[in-house]
Amino acid sequence: MDLNPSDEQVQLVEAFEALYAKESPSERVRSAEATGFDADLWSTLIETGAVSMAADEAAGGWGATLLDLALVAEQHGRALGSAPIIDAQVAVRLLGRLDSGAAKDLLVGHLAGERLVSVALHPPIGGVLRMVPAGAVADSVIFFDVGELFAMDLGAERAQLRTTGAMPVADLPVAGATSLASGAVASEVFERARDEWMALTANALVGLANRALEIGVEYVKERHAFGTPIGSFQAVAHGLANARTSADGAMLLSREAAWAADEDPERFSELARLAFGFATEAAREASYASEHYHGGYGFMAEYDIQLYWRRAHAWPALMAEPDVIFASAERARLDRLKKGA
Amino acid sequence: MDFRLGESSEAFRAEAKAFLDEHFTEDVERMMHETGIHHSWDLHRALADQGLLAPSWPEEFGGQGKGHLEMIAFHEEFQRAGAPTYGQGTTAIVLGIILALGSDELKKMIIPPALRGEFIVSLGFTEPESGSDVAAAQTRAVRDGDEWVINGQKMFTTSAQDAKYVFMLTRTNPDAPKHRGLTTFLVPIDGGGVEVQPVQTISGERTNITFYSDVRIPDVMRIGEVDKGWDVMGLGLTLERSGAHDGHTIRLQRAMEAWATTPNEIDGTLPADDERTLAKLGRMAAEAEVTTLLARRSAWVADQGGRPGVEGSMAKLFSSEALLRQSRDFVNLMGPDGIRSFGDPTAPAKGEAEYALRFALGTTTYGGTSEIQRDIVARNGLGLPRAR
Ligand SMILES: Cc1cc2nc3c(=O)[nH]c(=O)nc-3n(C[C@H](O)[C@H](O)[C@H](O)COP(=O)(O)OP(=O)(O)OC[C@H]3O[C@@H](n4cnc5c(N)ncnc54)[C@H](O)[C@@H]3O)c2cc1C
Repeated sequence: MDLNPSDEQVQLVEAFEALYAKESPSERVRSAEATGFDADLWSTLIETGAVSMAADEAAGGWGATLLDLALVAEQHGRALGSAPIIDAQVAVRLLGRLDSGAAKDLLVGHLAGERLVSVALHPPIGGVLRMVPAGAVADSVIFFDVGELFAMDLGAERAQLRTTGAMPVADLPVAGATSLASGAVASEVFERARDEWMALTANALVGLANRALEIGVEYVKERHAFGTPIGSFQAVAHGLANARTSADGAMLLSREAAWAADEDPERFSELARLAFGFATEAAREASYASEHYHGGYGFMAEYDIQLYWRRAHAWPALMAEPDVIFASAERARLDRLKKGA
Repeated sequence: MDFRLGESSEAFRAEAKAFLDEHFTEDVERMMHETGIHHSWDLHRALADQGLLAPSWPEEFGGQGKGHLEMIAFHEEFQRAGAPTYGQGTTAIVLGIILALGSDELKKMIIPPALRGEFIVSLGFTEPESGSDVAAAQTRAVRDGDEWVINGQKMFTTSAQDAKYVFMLTRTNPDAPKHRGLTTFLVPIDGGGVEVQPVQTISGERTNITFYSDVRIPDVMRIGEVDKGWDVMGLGLTLERSGAHDGHTIRLQRAMEAWATTPNEIDGTLPADDERTLAKLGRMAAEAEVTTLLARRSAWVADQGGRPGVEGSMAKLFSSEALLRQSRDFVNLMGPDGIRSFGDPTAPAKGEAEYALRFALGTTTYGGTSEIQRDIVARNGLGLPRAR
């Protein structure tokens, strides 16, 4: 067992930590709230290699592991980055698994930073892909419908949705889609992309929870009531201790899930879903505790903690509520156990 | 990063499994539940015969030099099997203390026979008027020449009915500040003046109240310096609190997954076909994995030469509260059948959830209550001011 990241991973984390400190301080997060997209942050991320790192070396990428991407996602979550880094990376990995010419072309444009590709997490309903991550800023979207995987180029006309958590999501009517794959390959690749999205988002939620707790802990040490720092009241301290414990658990589980992609592949689906469900609740617990122990100030738009609370609710909601995720994790788990893996 | 415990841990786990297959028989299990005594002499002596009572100790002291990551694999298997562990657990804590802080004479007298499995040792910290506030102990020890005379009462002296000694926290100086007037002793139970009175509990586990009237012991039974008992307790409590309940959660999980994937006897339906049941199983899988990871992290920190104080408290807090949540969820999910007791032949899944619910309650209390663990996480982990 070794819970320390490698030297290369430490360097990677430090590089992204510095990038986010510079390009995603809370003023920048706030100024991008209307769209959930900060174009300058996004171009810096692309220049740094945040998208191409996800591709194999053969495809011109860095060949980063899912765990490498997870450690970057954690920094992204800490900083509440207003950029679709996870969606873009998941698209890279999905396209890398397909052989068709259309998929290869999409990948080339995506890696060159010319055409941003995103992945719809759910099949269309009534001809519309609903609440597609990065749907408001992507140039193409990949989606799954009745056994087939499609790509669709997006026009300029897209309504920016207003949501709890300031994200560039959009509802996208299906029109003029090209098939990328069908049959078992299509569904496997799509399921895999969803699992990877969950594993990475879990790690982003861990980063979010960690920073939310730091903000809360700092506040309760400073703020006084009844002549003493409020952090000395057990009701406050124990709420934070529970949240810290959940966040530690979420961190271990989310890293393990990303690690399993390469090192324990039979358990990857199950762990990705468990991590996502658990990290969702841990991030909500952490941001709620920190928000609540700010008292009335936590409710004010001016205090940063509200930014965390809103995203802890919004980001994971794009996939499904925790109970639905836990049920799907258990399905994967029982399947594995039945196979005796 | 590597989330595997490692080959030597898995090899030691296999040894534990083989041991349990042979020695943790249905008879041993039945006796444990019938008597509520989570100690089996047969198992204990078999452990001693294989040098498994203190495997983490250096070979020169009768151990096998096993590391923390190997030990956790071993403990996981014992808990997953539901094997009795209290006797060897408390004894190991006290032997660890004696090895670190005991006099040479005491070491010679206690350690070799204890490792041969000849006796076990109980813990005597809690009193009628003090538990969480361990240092408020009032049991008196008064010096009389080369002897000490002990008077008082201890609560929850688990395994005392089978033990040869109680490792006891006493007050030797009532005038000194609370933490500075304490001394620890190893008190023989059968040397006269000790009365052991059984106490029954919600889970059926048996514990005891022990009474001490003019118990005379020689000074050689003292551990650590006079009035410096709190330093000794520091080590004792760390050893005790590092006990997470990861294996119990896995045991419950296995029982519930088996229940959910076996057709119901009455109408042939599969519980696992129900989304609500699946969601609860998934939630339990997440908490079981987190429980395991938190406990293994503590072991890993210790393996790296660190002191897993906050990590140990998180593991203890999370594992016991998760066991309570999960068992309650499944008892609820089973509807009226959920309350058919463990041991009743009509109980679903042999009543494992019903038993776990009652058992879990104790785990949130002994070894430092959840509130005490949260205090430690808040103060030492988050740097918050002392609670009030
Ligand atoms: C099955 C079982 C076996 C046990 N075995 C042993 C044993 O072998 N040897 C032994 O010495 N003891 C043993 N104990 C005792 C156990 O360690 C104590 O019960 C425990 O430490 C709590 O002490 P108490 O019961 O006096 O409760 P109290 O300390 O009176 O606590 C009562 C309640 O108040 C809360 N509380 C107390 N202080 C604080 C605080 N500062 N902040 C917030 N809340 C607080 C507690 O969390 C608890 O909920 C055992 C207990 C059980 C249930």
